[in-house]
Order: sequence, then C-alpha cells, then structure tokens
Amino acid sequence: MLLINCPYCGPRSGAEFTFERPIQSVVALDASPTQANQRLFTRDNPRGASWELWRHAYGCRAWLRLNRDTATHEIAETVVFEADA
Amino acid sequence: MKRYSALGLLRGGLGGHKAWPRAWRTPEPKPAYDIVIVGGGGHGLATAYYLAKVHKMASVAVLEKGWIGGGNAGRNTTIVRSNYRLPQSQALLEFSLKLWEGLSDELNYNVMFSQRGALFLGHSDSDMTRLAERGDALACNGIDAELLTREQVGRLIPLLDLSTNARFPVFGGLIQRRGGTARHDAVVWGYARAADALGVDIIQNCEVTGLDIEGGRVKGVRTTRGDIAAGRVGLCATGGSSRLAAMAGLRLPIECHNLQAFVSEPVKPMIDTVIMSQSIHCYISQSDKGEIVLGGDPDLYPTYAQRGMPMRIEDVASQAIGLVPALSRLRMLRSWAGTTDMSFDGSPIIGTTPVQDLYLNAGWCYGGFKATPGSGWLYAHTLATGAPHPINAPFSLDRFERGATIDEAGAGPMPHHR
Repeated sequence: MLLINCPYCGPRSGAEFTFERPIQSVVALDASPTQANQRLFTRDNPRGASWELWRHAYGCRAWLRLNRDTATHEIAETVVFEADA
Repeated sequence: MKRYSALGLLRGGLGGHKAWPRAWRTPEPKPAYDIVIVGGGGHGLATAYYLAKVHKMASVAVLEKGWIGGGNAGRNTTIVRSNYRLPQSQALLEFSLKLWEGLSDELNYNVMFSQRGALFLGHSDSDMTRLAERGDALACNGIDAELLTREQVGRLIPLLDLSTNARFPVFGGLIQRRGGTARHDAVVWGYARAADALGVDIIQNCEVTGLDIEGGRVKGVRTTRGDIAAGRVGLCATGGSSRLAAMAGLRLPIECHNLQAFVSEPVKPMIDTVIMSQSIHCYISQSDKGEIVLGGDPDLYPTYAQRGMPMRIEDVASQAIGLVPALSRLRMLRSWAGTTDMSFDGSPIIGTTPVQDLYLNAGWCYGGFKATPGSGWLYAHTLATGAPHPINAPFSLDRFERGATIDEAGAGPMPHHR
C-alpha cells in the first residue's frame, strides 16, 4: 500500500488518494488539436521515475504532483499542483 | 512430433513415464529469420504457430526474455468469452472463441477448454437494461446470449445470495453458454509444442535490447544473445510494449497498470460456471483443481511492479463474499499480479506501425487471455501478408488520432476510469 505525504494533511494511506494522469498528459487550454491528441492518447509510460497528477480525493481534496517510481513505488516528492507547473 | 493419445498415455504409464520426448527444442538463435516475434507468451506463440501452419513460413523465431508463459499468460483468470458490446470487438472475440472450440484437437494438446458458461450478473433495473441491450447486440451478430431471470440465475448458482437484503442484490443475468475457462499453461505449452514441430525456433532467456532501423525500416533486433536480422519484426510483449516501441522512436497509446488475481485452497465443486459482475467488477470461477479463482479491479495507477496492493485483496474478497457468502469459509492460497497494457479505449492494437516491417500487437488491457488464438491467427495474417485482416483492421494504432476509437466501456481517454 502506498503511503502518500500530503502537504496539507501529512502522511496518509494511499486508499485516500486517486491517480489522475501523468503530468505530461495534462492538456493546456491553448493546445492545438495535434498537441491535445498527443497528450491525451500517447504516453512515455516510463519504467522508473514519473511525475504524476494525484488527488487527495477522500481527504482534503487537494491536487498533488507526485514524483513516483513505477517499478519500486517509491515516492520521492509530493508537492501541491499548480496549473502552470 | 510424437502425437499424444490415450493409448500413448497408457503406454507411457506402463513405462513409468520415462520415455516422453521434450515437448519443444532449445535452439541457439540463428543469424537471420524471415519473421522475428518478440514475446513468448500465448499471443506470440500462437502467432508463430499460425505463421508456420496457415502461411507455411519456414523461418520464424519467438524471442522471450524469461521463460515462455511466465508473463501474463500465467497471471490471468483464464476466462474465455466473446460477449462484448461493440461489433468490432464481437467479431474479434467470436473469431477467437471459434478457434478455442477446436483448439485441443488442432494442437493435439488438451487445453482443458471448458464451456461452462460465462454469466454477467445484473444488480439493478438499469443493469438489466444494459445487459438486455448487450444481449440484443450479440444476437444481431449471431453470438449466443441469453437473458436470465433471478430465479434462473439461482438455479444455475444455488450458492449465490439471492435474498432481498443481500449486499449485492441479484436481479438477473446475461449468460453466454459457450463461454468458460481454459488451462492457461496448457495453452502456452500446446502452442509452443505445435509451433516447434513446424520448425519455429523458440528462444528463451533472450531479451531484446534494441531494434535495428535504417531509413524507416526495421532490419533486425539486438538481443542479449546477439544480433538477429529479420525480414519482419512483430512486437507481442505486453508490459514491455512501450519500451520496445520507444526503441523505434514510437510513443504508444498505452499505460501499464497492475491486475491482481487470487486463488483459494481447493474444494469440492461448488461453482460450475463463471460468475462476473461488471457493476462491482468481480470475477469468480472454480478451477478444475477445485481452487476458487477471484479477480477484480486493476490497481488504478501506472506500475510495472507485478505486485499488487493489499487494498484490492480486501475489495475483491468482500465483493466475492457479498455475492457467494459460502466463500467466507475459504482460505486464500496465493495472490499475484500482472502488468497490463492499458489502451485508451479499452481495445487492443493489432497491426502496422509507422516503421516499415515493424508490427505491433499490444494494448489488450485486462482481457488478452480469451483472445489468444484469434489474436495469434490475425497477427500471423498481418505479419505474413503485410496488411491487417478485415477483423483486426479497425484495431489500428492510428485510430486514436483519427477519432475512430473502439470504446467498449465508453470511458474516454482514461485507462483507469472504467
């Protein structure tokens, strides 16, 4: 089970969080159709460190940016998501 | 190939089972093949078999980084069915189901295909409407589907909790009687043995580390056991698809997730059909050995770990016990997880890529096992002729950018939102 360190609530069970999408597939509001298509429908799908968008859905509901390893599940960094990041 | 038969088994038994030949060879890789298939799971081995059998290809190799059947072929819940909602999916899976029906004879290997029926449960009026719609769609395309009342479901599975205060009340169901289960290892071994007998080289412990590409055309593969030249290369390695495609500079519409499954201690026959509930996402069947096989939701975040989270074990157990309370008395024996290629419309990708002579079979989400024979047959056709068969043509890699997705669940580009 993941232990995620919410910047607002401290370390909480992974059960309280939902994975949203990799950061690279967040679509900018002014993206062209080609860019939007690439961001929505293709992935690096890395085996290793990955920046991801998560949400503390069953907690404080904050949107978070996680640097998580997809092979070891180690979470190196958890920060509050800012739309321009 | 020494053919297996009842008489041969008797003779083998009398001799203490000491004279059985190896089921397949262990060849050294040759410097070149007409077709190299990357991935020795069920789909890859089936592809090799149909290339040799249907298309008379004499120079085919299957490269497997570990041992054959050690990936998702050995990590599924062995369910076989073709009762999908969309016509493209129906054509693909029904083609496969028809191959399943003759597979043991075709391979001279008992794959223990058991058409015990695959039942979807409905837990509400809207579930029943959805199941009726699916049943009608199947009937229109000549695929068997039968809508069952609550009483009929009860007669089929007496241990289901049909009481009015059940945790998951049962309103009825939709059954495909031709659906069922098969023995996953036997499928892999049967295809390997039959392909090997037709001259296919199955090379284990051979990991592909690079693709030789010149002028937009693939020329061969680089492996841990040396370079191998190839006329055509067919990628067929779920869980490794994105990394292999990246060697050719491609980004795929795939995210890797975990799917767990569980088995209990073996008990006497108690569930003789496959029980599925798509509303709560729970799968229950009983293996021929007597173990109760359980499956549920994926872990819902990207991972390559092949190790599931405990929360899902609790979810699946509570759902299974809610449906069949008698299961609460069983002890679980094992749990395991497989890395699934989640595509963004829930449907697979079988076809060409922008790199010439490089082909892709990937993105089966958590439903690849049932498609093993059909996927292999169609991929073999695609690899042999250079163009997709009409059945797999809709499952092209470029369907996302063309807006021609095959969105079985209607969930949009979020592989984890089913």
